[in-house]
Amino acid sequence: MSPEIILLACIALPLLAPILISALHRWPNPREAVTLLTSAGLLLLVLSLHDAFLQGARPAIDIAEPLPGLAIGFEIEPLGMLFALLASFLWLVTSVYSIGYMRSHHEWRQTSFYSYFAVALGSVMGIAFAGNLFTLFIFYELLTLSTYPLVTHSGDNSAREGGRMYLGYLLGTSLMLLLLALIWTWSLTGTLDFREGGILAGTVSPAMAGLLLALYIFGIGKAAVIPMHLWLPAAMVAPTPVSALLHAVAVVKAGVFTVLKVTIYIFGIDFLSEVTATQWLMYVAGATILLASIVALRQDNLKLRLAWSTVSQLSYIVLCALLITPTGIIAGSAHMVMHGFAKITLFFCAGAILVMTHKTRISELDGIGRQMPWTMAAFSIAAISMIGIPPTAGFISKWYILLGTIESQQLVALGIIIISTLLNAAYFMPIVYAAFFREQTTATAHESRHNGAEAPLTVLLAITVTAAGTLALFFFPDKVLELAMMTAGAGR
Amino acid sequence: MLAHRVYTEGTISYAIGAWATPWGIEYRIDMAGAMMVLIIAAISAVVMPYARRSILHEIEYKKIALFYTCYLLCLTGLLGIIVTGDTFNLFVFLEISSLSSYVLISLGSTRRALTAAFQYLVMGTIGATFILIGVGLLYMMTGTLNMVDIAERLPAVTDTRTIRVAFAFVTVGVSIKLALFPLHIWLPNAYTFAPSVVSAFMAATATKAGVYVLLRFFFTVFGSQFSFAAMHVSEIFMLLAIAAILVASLVAVFENNVKRMLAYSSVAQIGYTILGISLASAAGVSASMIQLFNHAMIKGALFLALGCVFLRLGSVTLKDMHGLARHMPWTMAAFVAGGLSLIGVPLTAGFISKWYLISAALTAGYWPLAVLVLISSLLALVYIWRVVEAAYFNVPGASMDKIKEAPASMLIPVWLLIGVNLYVGIDANLVVSMAQQAADALIGQVLQ
Repeated sequence: MSPEIILLACIALPLLAPILISALHRWPNPREAVTLLTSAGLLLLVLSLHDAFLQGARPAIDIAEPLPGLAIGFEIEPLGMLFALLASFLWLVTSVYSIGYMRSHHEWRQTSFYSYFAVALGSVMGIAFAGNLFTLFIFYELLTLSTYPLVTHSGDNSAREGGRMYLGYLLGTSLMLLLLALIWTWSLTGTLDFREGGILAGTVSPAMAGLLLALYIFGIGKAAVIPMHLWLPAAMVAPTPVSALLHAVAVVKAGVFTVLKVTIYIFGIDFLSEVTATQWLMYVAGATILLASIVALRQDNLKLRLAWSTVSQLSYIVLCALLITPTGIIAGSAHMVMHGFAKITLFFCAGAILVMTHKTRISELDGIGRQMPWTMAAFSIAAISMIGIPPTAGFISKWYILLGTIESQQLVALGIIIISTLLNAAYFMPIVYAAFFREQTTATAHESRHNGAEAPLTVLLAITVTAAGTLALFFFPDKVLELAMMTAGAGR
Repeated sequence: MLAHRVYTEGTISYAIGAWATPWGIEYRIDMAGAMMVLIIAAISAVVMPYARRSILHEIEYKKIALFYTCYLLCLTGLLGIIVTGDTFNLFVFLEISSLSSYVLISLGSTRRALTAAFQYLVMGTIGATFILIGVGLLYMMTGTLNMVDIAERLPAVTDTRTIRVAFAFVTVGVSIKLALFPLHIWLPNAYTFAPSVVSAFMAATATKAGVYVLLRFFFTVFGSQFSFAAMHVSEIFMLLAIAAILVASLVAVFENNVKRMLAYSSVAQIGYTILGISLASAAGVSASMIQLFNHAMIKGALFLALGCVFLRLGSVTLKDMHGLARHMPWTMAAFVAGGLSLIGVPLTAGFISKWYLISAALTAGYWPLAVLVLISSLLALVYIWRVVEAAYFNVPGASMDKIKEAPASMLIPVWLLIGVNLYVGIDANLVVSMAQQAADALIGQVLQ
């Protein structure tokens, strides 16, 4: 198969899978098999694309032209490749996990759950491989709309409230600010293609470019920069697999991915270094990091604490993008992957605890490590990675982030990262401590029914894979860093 | 008889679907007219098969013949407005379509339809009278009723008070017809209490014809130089359009009757169209034409979907629609798709028109207008989502158990329009090039 066909297949496969999934709604086992096969197939496609890519293939294809001069087209560049690899690999793992989770949690409407999940992944692929900002925007909106039914899956009042926030923030920011930025860029340059070195240089004064950049950064609500971050904690009403894959990896990473793409390929690093507003936007990102960490510290609901931690970690990447140095870009791209692995592990663990014990609060977790040693071991590894201690993946990206701040002499940013590392430790370590070293409290009714057991096998399998991945990426980060460095090279 | 009428409808739209140049010459249809004829004929052809079931349900049996008669008269009037090249003829056609639409509205299933029709009758008659006065004054000054003739003879007498008064009369009269804020008060009642088919048909066509008449007078008869430079239409219309968009959207947000909500949303959408015209540039006018086309498709689809709801449920208030999506999945899915298009989500027609309107505003240097359009699409999100939440998240009441999905003869037209929406969203080249040619035709005539 030619790379172009594979590229299209990567997007079409998950978008078409729901047809089969819905058709099989009466037979759960074949239905789940479709999900597993699709995600495995997608991973294989993306891997083969990666091989072709490393050998120098640069497939690009346009499929339609809704407006004259604005095509829906796809092409591959290093950052998108990296994002696609991350998302497709973690989708496979999450599929395994969600089968165990959804069944032991006796969730309803599982068919529509798997269908929308597949559509969401298809949109992520569209975002990753988008050949221009217009295509990216379309799939960005599609991702919001396809994840809305997932967030509101339970259908009760809190889901409705959460869904309202989710849709309001994400559609609101993208239609109000991002679309405006898009049309503004279009009217300035007459193109929305991603080009190496950017398209805006020379068409707009640095001051106006600063305003435009602010429109982009705040308009990309999925990157959750304060004050556009409130949707993320609200989205935690979703079932845990959704929170895990979409709100630790796919949706939020689509946000920071878009930020990176815009800084690298729309503005271009050289042009951005003339824009003084980046400094201010960096402070906003820095404030997001600190404030979200402090809020996370005060959350007793485990998923909410993880959500606030995600808000904080996303701004690491935004901050990296705004450092406007190649090292910053490497750091941002790498952190996208490293954080993805660690955070999805944490969510998986939170889900496993919920299924087995129906506990959602951190204060109830005393001694849980004895009941679920395997789960909590994985949790600890991921927590260490979030803090950035070796031998975990988080260390690698944190190393590059610090390097980037020192290189560009952003001492404020350096200070923010260091303080936030301490805060990370402060909100993750007590959980680990309580789980392993405190006495267990009285068992709930549900707990005794499950007989104090570990999580279901598929859930454990998924947790093990991502935790092992977190460790493995410390020892073998070459593939990730290679793509990250190619991205940074493209930015010059 | 019914089959015969549907057949006639079909042939008309077929002939126009492949409109040939002879039409253009004979009846002085330029690209703008052709596009309008296409919109109106397409909508009426789609609505016709839908009407049978809906009308049987909503109108007494013996009045059904009256309905079809008036429907066809109204259609004739609207088409006549578009194709005519004569100002008095235009007035006559306008009256034909208006009178028949008063009857159509009064056929609504509740008694309030009568008052709504009467309100429209009063407003509409005032509008028509104003237009007639304007046309009369023009005739007095130029001695001709033919549009092109008037345009040729006008420059000689432009600077007289009579012409200015004529211009004002025509503008206000047409503004009533197209429900420009604040002359829109007839519209929400009329749309709410009319039979569902009539609401869909009128929302998609009647106000559009009004906009077309306005464009004709502004550009062809008076000339853009006079309209925009001497009479300051631009500033006035821009303000009114802004007010229409914001006020009507806000009212729609707080409205509990979904049909009424859509009616207010129409007022806001008319505001978009007028906004495009007020930019007085080729980009602005073509954005307006695109908006005309897309809004006809969107609102047509939404009102028709709502008609399906009314057929089964007998009501269209938010309270009664609780949990409806479980019983009428296709209808509500169509409503969501149409709603997304109204909001302007990418890959739908609404996105295309919004894109053009905003770029036209930015090119003209009015960036606050761009922001305003985006704010109002957020408001659209709010009011559409109230319906979605009611239909998808609330537990259906016990009375809901007997509700079935709407019949295929009604669903197919709805999805046909939704299909057009999606198609235009993915490949807008045809519509955009038509609209641009239309704008060129309108503005170009003036420059000659």
